[in-house]
Amino acid sequence: MATDTSTSTKFDVRDAEAEEKVEARVGLRYTLSQVRRDPTALAGLFIIGLTTTVALIAFVDSTVFEQLSKIGFFANLGVEKYWLAKTFWYSPVHEPAGAEILRPPFGLTNELYPNRPGTLDHPLGTDHRGRDVLSRLFYGTQIAITVGIVSTGIAMILGTLVGAVAGYYGGWVDDALMRAAETLFAIPFLVLVIAFMTAFGRNLMFAMIGVGIATIPTFARLIRSRVLSVREEDFIEAARAAGVRDRNIILRHVVPNSFAPVLVQATLQVGINILIIAGLSFLGYGAQPPTPSWGQMLSSSRNYMLPNPWFSIWPGVAILVTVVGFNLLGDGLRDALDPRINN
Amino acid sequence: MSEPLLTVENLQTQFFTEEGVVRAVDGISFEVNEGEIVGLVGESGAGKSVATSSIMRLVENPGEVVGGTVRYRDEVLVGFEEGPDGERRRSPEMLSEAEMRTRIRGREIAIIFQDPMESLNPVFKVGDQLREFIEINREVSKAEAREIAVDMLREVGIPEPEERYDDYPHQFSGGMRQRVLIAMALACEPNLIIADEPTTALDVTVEGQILDLVRDLQAKYGTSFIWVTHDMGVVAEICDRVNVMYLGEIVEQAEVDDLFYDTKHPYTEALLRSIPRPDQTVEELNPIEGVMPEAINPPPGCRFHTRCPDAREVCRRAHPAYQDVTGDEPPHRVSCVKYEDVGYEDSDPLETAATGAFGGGLVEARGESDE
Amino acid sequence: MSRAVARHDEEQVDYGETILSVEGLTKHFSQGSGLLSSIFPKPKVKAVDDVSFDIKKGETLGLVGESGCGKSTLARTVLRLLEPTDGAVYFKGENLAELSGEAVRNHRKDMQMIFQDPQSSLDPRMKVGPIVEEPMKAHGLYEGEREERARELLEKVGLDPHHYNRYPHQFSGGQRQRVNLARALAVNPDFIVCDEPTSALDASIQAQVLNTMRDLQREFGLTYLFISHDLSVIRHISDRVAVMYLGQLVELAETDELFENPQHPYTDALLQSIPVPDPRAEGRRGVLEGDVPSPIDPPSGCRFRTRCPKLIVPAEYDLTDAEWANVRRFVRAVDRRTFEASTGRAIRAEFFADAEPRGDAAAVVDESIEAILEDDWDRAAALLTESFAENSVCAEEKPAYHVEPEYGRGEHFAACHLHRTKRAD
Repeated sequence: MATDTSTSTKFDVRDAEAEEKVEARVGLRYTLSQVRRDPTALAGLFIIGLTTTVALIAFVDSTVFEQLSKIGFFANLGVEKYWLAKTFWYSPVHEPAGAEILRPPFGLTNELYPNRPGTLDHPLGTDHRGRDVLSRLFYGTQIAITVGIVSTGIAMILGTLVGAVAGYYGGWVDDALMRAAETLFAIPFLVLVIAFMTAFGRNLMFAMIGVGIATIPTFARLIRSRVLSVREEDFIEAARAAGVRDRNIILRHVVPNSFAPVLVQATLQVGINILIIAGLSFLGYGAQPPTPSWGQMLSSSRNYMLPNPWFSIWPGVAILVTVVGFNLLGDGLRDALDPRINN
Repeated sequence: MSEPLLTVENLQTQFFTEEGVVRAVDGISFEVNEGEIVGLVGESGAGKSVATSSIMRLVENPGEVVGGTVRYRDEVLVGFEEGPDGERRRSPEMLSEAEMRTRIRGREIAIIFQDPMESLNPVFKVGDQLREFIEINREVSKAEAREIAVDMLREVGIPEPEERYDDYPHQFSGGMRQRVLIAMALACEPNLIIADEPTTALDVTVEGQILDLVRDLQAKYGTSFIWVTHDMGVVAEICDRVNVMYLGEIVEQAEVDDLFYDTKHPYTEALLRSIPRPDQTVEELNPIEGVMPEAINPPPGCRFHTRCPDAREVCRRAHPAYQDVTGDEPPHRVSCVKYEDVGYEDSDPLETAATGAFGGGLVEARGESDE
Repeated sequence: MSRAVARHDEEQVDYGETILSVEGLTKHFSQGSGLLSSIFPKPKVKAVDDVSFDIKKGETLGLVGESGCGKSTLARTVLRLLEPTDGAVYFKGENLAELSGEAVRNHRKDMQMIFQDPQSSLDPRMKVGPIVEEPMKAHGLYEGEREERARELLEKVGLDPHHYNRYPHQFSGGQRQRVNLARALAVNPDFIVCDEPTSALDASIQAQVLNTMRDLQREFGLTYLFISHDLSVIRHISDRVAVMYLGQLVELAETDELFENPQHPYTDALLQSIPVPDPRAEGRRGVLEGDVPSPIDPPSGCRFRTRCPKLIVPAEYDLTDAEWANVRRFVRAVDRRTFEASTGRAIRAEFFADAEPRGDAAAVVDESIEAILEDDWDRAAALLTESFAENSVCAEEKPAYHVEPEYGRGEHFAACHLHRTKRAD
């Protein structure tokens, strides 16, 4: 009905003015313009932007400055680890164990019954060792964002490759690849990741790799189902009839046209993986103390839940907000990329 | 001539989209007499389907019937009146949605769609769908309804109707499914059937079977039809009178023979000249140049002037009146300034896609430019 | 017809010489895939069965048939987009069916295809310029001048060359089909398969595209295999026409000969069925009954025989035309159970009022009427089919005859046993 009138995208061959009115409804710019119209997606984008910025600053302040301070030129300038924090915020203090942590400038507070939140010095209070919760959350952001993106990236790239090849060729290739993926899927997720880390090492890197590998089937199945329908489109056959090689058909036609749901899933998956790796850290299989990670903060707070619930609540809120941010953007992208809605 | 069965006057339907108001149907008028097959013909985007769903009041958001009258016998299906502040509002005579559902749709006016697969629910047996429809609309018992359903299936030429009753839609061929829909449409013995491109999805031999069937059934039951199609061949084959639509308007209305042999509107004429013939060899086709503009921003004056081979300056300014040009009964109505006294004869020819230098639709070939 | 501009090719085929020759081409599809169906194989779908024809350089061969008759499969098998089950396709003398994948790919620069749906045959994420350039890239041709050539081709097919950077959805249906044309022409092919190129278009746009295709054919000396279900379009564009039914060719002749002097009952039925855009034309519609049989288990002999109004009477019965017509009507009615069993007298009155068969045939009819009265329809149907339908020459041999044309001088192939006596002259 409504399409009856809109299907004939109008313009006269020689009508130069009408030409400019026809909007291109594909490509990055169009997708962004669609996202911009969607308030929830914008909220998601804002949250992700904020957390990413925080993560970048934290990364620069800790890792980058630590490396730079080893170079004479920068050391002479006074560059050192936590330079920004020291200048504008708190000074680090050496723990007896030798690890650096951030502390308020005015010494330790009561370790077992830390401050209530809301003081000027510690807006979110301090933890059981008197460490400032806000600063630990701040530096924990980079871990959350990194693990989310890296683990999803691994899953997305490998999953897309596996799924696209399986879907395009079909037959025994499909059978072999997809049965393998399903085998992976059949093992309980956490058991798989924990077994992987037990075998290779209990640190963040293997947590990311493990979670990435364990989520390959999600992406492989998703893109395969899209490829199966894209493969039947006439333009694929047209490319074959034109003599285009299979490899180029997959890369230039099949994957780009199957990618929209993968992108949506990837955005959602970043949030999920942040949650999973926080969970692993909670279990002791992720970031090791004293590295400030949200999951590990949650883990160490659990003994103090009654006397000081804030200690658990703040990392929980940080995880929640970040995950919700990715979910909102994912939903917004789903709408923006959905061809049915566009038409 | 007796009172027409259905009268459509100045019907207007608009779609309120983000880009603006689409005037999909813009003031069409026609009537359907008892036992008559009236064609509604036009290219895609002309507004044929919107017109029929407006008559049935089945236009969905963001579309809305915004003006005009549709009268079925004594019932007002669509009616508007002036409110106290001069705004247009629904007239109190207009049937309520519930009345449309219980009294009109299915019982008095039935509709057959183009795609029979979409109109049948794939998870229910064909016979049961037909039976349920009869049960609801004719207030008969289940057993009676079943009997009527089997009879109807036989009537529309379904082989082994008793056995096929228990089949699912996917077990039927396209032509058979369309027969089932015709059975469903006929089941409540309506006075008017709106057929929306019912044979477009079918093969030519099956289309022939269906057209034959419709003609037989029409002779038997005296049902009137509004036959929506884009195929001039089908029009010639089955219609008594024809309305030609272009961009939301009816541009010509005539008896089928007059439409083909005494064509008045340049669009109809161009359309007839552009189709290849199965019964004779045509060396060169004469296409209509250009593309139908969008209804969101129709050309001023006559809507066809941008593609019209006879377009003159005046066509851009004057919106042609839709009027009878022969004075005979039944009337032959045309909407073209040629038949008006607005100075067409003295107007300068207009440079359009059709009249300009770009004849033939192909930019002049310039020899061996490649290799 | 003047085929003016000749080009110089490495493997030159002269105008009027055979450029493509299809011999006994067969394509059967297996249903289902995977482990289970390799253990329990399902019967194959015989989409194309033993089809042979030639196409001459510069001509348009129309291929017409109803949906599901295998015409699209045939086209794809000819281009080896599908692997043929059997048979040969000689293109410029080389058998495509035997070539390796890469060799076939190299041949694709000489043969291209245009698809039915102008919407889905263009990648929605690619601009039309790159779409037109893609075949050139694939074959490593026109390096460095591809964009220029793409713009030139866009102009040649009637589009604005400035639309190079537009996406397909920014064009109307007819214009998209022109983009398809430009892509097909990109590598300067000799042979283009057109699979229903205008059936998704409105009448007025269809005429524009058909005219363009014809002009391009003349300019570039193209050879078309033009597939359509629309006989009017086929009549307009084709030099010769092949009619396909259930995977086989039933008739092939020059266009005028085929349309004016059809020699196969199916072709005749098709021609009778087309609605003519002329209210004064005498229509004889719905001449065919029933549906096309399944291609999984097609009828023996002539595949059209189950619906044929001219089924030949089995040699063992001595029946007049009227009697035979009644018998066939009766057989069909029993098969489809279109009447209700009342009394033997009523059935006779309904089917054999004017001419009742005698002799052996009468015995069969009597027995089946008895069966019907006992409500054993299956036995009646089986008996009738066995005695009449399966006994005809139409069921026993696959027909293939050449008849003398009345129009033109080209060969006229008709696969119908009605011509077996005419064979003598």
